[in-house]
Amino acid sequence: MVEKTPKLDFFTYVALIIGIVVVGFPILYAIIAATLPLEEVSKVPMPLIPGDQLLVNIKEAWTRGDLGTQLFNSFVMASGITIGKIVVSLFGAFSIVYFDYRFRTLVFATVFCTLMLPVEVRIVPTYEMAANLFGPLQGVWNALGLDSIISWFAGHDIEVNLELSLLDSYAGLILPLTASATCTFLFRQFFLTIPEELCEAAKMDGASPMTFFWKILVPLSKTNIAALVVIEFVYGWNQYLWPLLITTNQKMTTAVIGLQHLIPSPEDPPNWHIAMAGTLLVVLPPVLVVLFMQRWFVKGLVEREK
Amino acid sequence: MLRKRSYFKSKGLAYFLVLPQIIITATFFYWPAIRGIVSSFMRSDPFGLKSTFIWFDNYINLFKDPLYLKSIGITLMFSGSVALLSISCGLFLASMANRALRFTALTRTLLIWPYAVAPAISGILWLFLLHPSYGVVAIWLNRVFGLNWNPLLSSRDAMLMVVLASSWKNISYNFVFFLAGLQAIPKSLIEAAAMDGASPFRRFWSITFPLLSPTMFFVTVMTIIFSFFESFGVIHAVTQGGPGGSTNILVYKVYQDGFIGLNLGSSSAQSVVLMLLIVFITILQFKFVERKVQYTG
Amino acid sequence: MSFKRISLILTLVFVFSFIESAFAKPIEIHWWHAMRGSRGEVVQKIVDDFNKSQSDYKVIATYKGEYDEVLNAAIAAVRAGKQPHIIQVFEVGTQTMMMSGMVYPVYKLMDDYGYKIDWSRYLQPVLSYYVNEDNKLMSMPFNSSTPVMYYNVDMFKKAGIGRLSKEKPITWDELGEITEKIAKLGVKGGLVTAWQSWTQVENYSAIHDLPFATKANGYEGLDVQLTINNDKVVNHIARLKKWMDDGNRFFYGGQKYQGPKSEFIAQNAGVYIDSISAIAKLQSSVKDFEWDIAPLPVESWMAEPQNSIIGGASLWVFNGKKKNEYKGVAAFLKYLANTDVQILWHKETGYFPITLDAYEKLKSEGYYEKYPYQEVGIKQLTRRNPTKSSRGIRLGYFVQIRNIINEELELVWNGKKTAKEALDSAVERSNIKLSEFAKTYK
Repeated sequence: MVEKTPKLDFFTYVALIIGIVVVGFPILYAIIAATLPLEEVSKVPMPLIPGDQLLVNIKEAWTRGDLGTQLFNSFVMASGITIGKIVVSLFGAFSIVYFDYRFRTLVFATVFCTLMLPVEVRIVPTYEMAANLFGPLQGVWNALGLDSIISWFAGHDIEVNLELSLLDSYAGLILPLTASATCTFLFRQFFLTIPEELCEAAKMDGASPMTFFWKILVPLSKTNIAALVVIEFVYGWNQYLWPLLITTNQKMTTAVIGLQHLIPSPEDPPNWHIAMAGTLLVVLPPVLVVLFMQRWFVKGLVEREK
Repeated sequence: MLRKRSYFKSKGLAYFLVLPQIIITATFFYWPAIRGIVSSFMRSDPFGLKSTFIWFDNYINLFKDPLYLKSIGITLMFSGSVALLSISCGLFLASMANRALRFTALTRTLLIWPYAVAPAISGILWLFLLHPSYGVVAIWLNRVFGLNWNPLLSSRDAMLMVVLASSWKNISYNFVFFLAGLQAIPKSLIEAAAMDGASPFRRFWSITFPLLSPTMFFVTVMTIIFSFFESFGVIHAVTQGGPGGSTNILVYKVYQDGFIGLNLGSSSAQSVVLMLLIVFITILQFKFVERKVQYTG
Repeated sequence: MSFKRISLILTLVFVFSFIESAFAKPIEIHWWHAMRGSRGEVVQKIVDDFNKSQSDYKVIATYKGEYDEVLNAAIAAVRAGKQPHIIQVFEVGTQTMMMSGMVYPVYKLMDDYGYKIDWSRYLQPVLSYYVNEDNKLMSMPFNSSTPVMYYNVDMFKKAGIGRLSKEKPITWDELGEITEKIAKLGVKGGLVTAWQSWTQVENYSAIHDLPFATKANGYEGLDVQLTINNDKVVNHIARLKKWMDDGNRFFYGGQKYQGPKSEFIAQNAGVYIDSISAIAKLQSSVKDFEWDIAPLPVESWMAEPQNSIIGGASLWVFNGKKKNEYKGVAAFLKYLANTDVQILWHKETGYFPITLDAYEKLKSEGYYEKYPYQEVGIKQLTRRNPTKSSRGIRLGYFVQIRNIINEELELVWNGKKTAKEALDSAVERSNIKLSEFAKTYK
């Protein structure tokens, strides 16, 4: 049995309380600011007694920042990235682990190479890519002078534009960010730990690969999926650089980006209470997801390390 | 590598299942990466109408540019500070939470939530606290410590501001890992040491800390990667790389040169340098992870 | 997640765009701009009025973010072959646009579609910023401004200083005395400046007829080098630094938050140098003191100060669109230069009225007698014919160069470098960028 150390225990609790307060301070302060009217918030220093303006400020932030639209966009983006990544990875990992084909290792290697590379380092070409998915094809088309040939056949001017811009679209917000191998890697690790007998038994019963996948593999992966949902949702929600570049239309931008417009510029009165009310709204969804799914989230995070 | 004997024979299905992953990876990863590498060897105008192949000129110019070298230094200093601050706080809080026998769940709940805050938003929150004219912490720094706090002008203050905002968000992440690591340490070990009369601190340094080292390594790598890339949001929201370029970290410079300065060649070359760096870190990590696997048996 | 989109990608649908047969609906003309807030509202009003005034064309104006974001969006669009007809580009992007090979020059557009325009009836110092080497107008000036000096009349009174002239600039030495007196009042600082590169280096050079760069500030060629590390500019910056060090006669207001403008509004500074476009904001938000405007100070050795140079942005027309659309673009640009439109623009935003007709009409209406400070910028801009050094600045990678100058100046303010070291380093760093740019177009 470990000895009793009342002094150290006391210190432990005090340290924890201090830690929690310090870590919580920025958001506490933001909450207080969000409840104050402008004249209170502009006082130096700002009073630490909450006011009663919270709902008013939230309403103001909601309309001024067009947060309704932007939160919806964030939600679509975060869910899209989460679902996209998980579905693609489940299938991919299933294929890599449970099938034998010539290029299996090559496929895994190519996917694996993308494991650590964040979108930030390939931002310029990805952006060009998204601006025009068919750019490379159009080049070929023009080089072959196909326009004139077709026009000659048709008897009048026809221009063929191969273009599909992902700028200012949900697809553009989501797709490039689903190109990551983390989930595939994790599912593969997990599938490798599943006893082989399960698969044998399924085959004995004459189950098709997909039946095995849906009936056995997916239910077994539930916890992992839950953990990844949390991690990827937070990741998706908090994306910054990519949405910053790919959206120019205010109606398509995400809440984290849109929030920047609520920060008082030197031109405006210091509406920090509105900015902070907006901040609370934007922070809330991912925080709730993390808190409510804490157990899976912690498990998932720690699993990643293995 | 442990290899599973495969069971299912239908090749068509196998390819079909892995196809989405391949398409997405090829379209949004390999193709842009290749394009990036190609354009890092090009000098091209912003509109992409004129490109000349110039071998390694972009790279040579990059490493001749004192500012780029400075930016590397800034990045290292920034990452180092963030790692030091967030890892030590995370470890301290985790060991405290691990000692406290009660309220563990509550403590974890109260410490875990900053993980969910976007870096850009944590930047905004800290800007509000450290705003030179009415940030409460800034006022306190000025009054209590007599500092002349001015992140607009002082490189040190601006750096401190972005380090605080980035570390704060990362503490909770590290805390989760350390707590899990601590809880995985067998109680019997600790008790045995206690019977031998080792004090709690002694036990921490001689038993807990070494056993935590794999976690420590992993957390350090993740923090460094975070501060290299994710912290873009903090910098963009708070300092835009200023004052005098003193918070212009590498990833921000890629953005600044490519999207504001319209110098695509240089920006691509910088991206490639970052890619190589990440690849290096990844290799390092996997080497280590393999060692760790043997170590944990 | 639009599955339609994805199936599109998978099935490679070809998009055929046939030449439009004459539909009875108005032809759409797209204009991307960077005018936010109240300026954006004025832009929208002008566009709506134009759309109401005729039925052939419909202009669609879209706010695409800040200046650099607009340019980025346009570049992406050009690469995807989907450029708008008109785009607003800030003055530092002029060279980038000129060299892009994607531009339909405005003088040519107006000619091609039969608009005879007497360019001499425009404010020359504004036009001169946007002409090519043959003196032909490449883009349509839209929102142009110039820096002036704002001052707090009440604070001046307290310090025993009277009002300043609106025509004859004070000298920098006089400003030195003024800042000294104001600093004694116990305010945070005497002088604060916005856009330091534009006001303290670019405009300082123009007013004193000092070349900012070789090759007539870049108008006459691409192999350009900066010349801002000359003694005069170095001394000027060193003087500001000295003011900063001895008792708050000058302080740095930063670039983003807390900005110089709010310092002036909060009465933390007695003198404040900024664009004329700050007038609108000061009119609406200064309630507790009286302010006024004077021309920028000049050095005592400069008996005949040159004109200041402009800032702001102009409208560029992209090529690669259809003829009947260009007809509409030309009509719209012509409309923008209408006297009444210019007067509205000037009154609502503080930017210059671009034509002499608009300026004269404002004069005859007695507008400048009512708001004499509105005329300070125009008078300063038109006080002399532009020389090669005061016509404007045309550099490649100018955005980055401005950024470099800002960075180096910040290093002077925080004491890490002397004025000489900083400007030398700014020149050296900018020259690398300039030679890069020149190589791109060889």
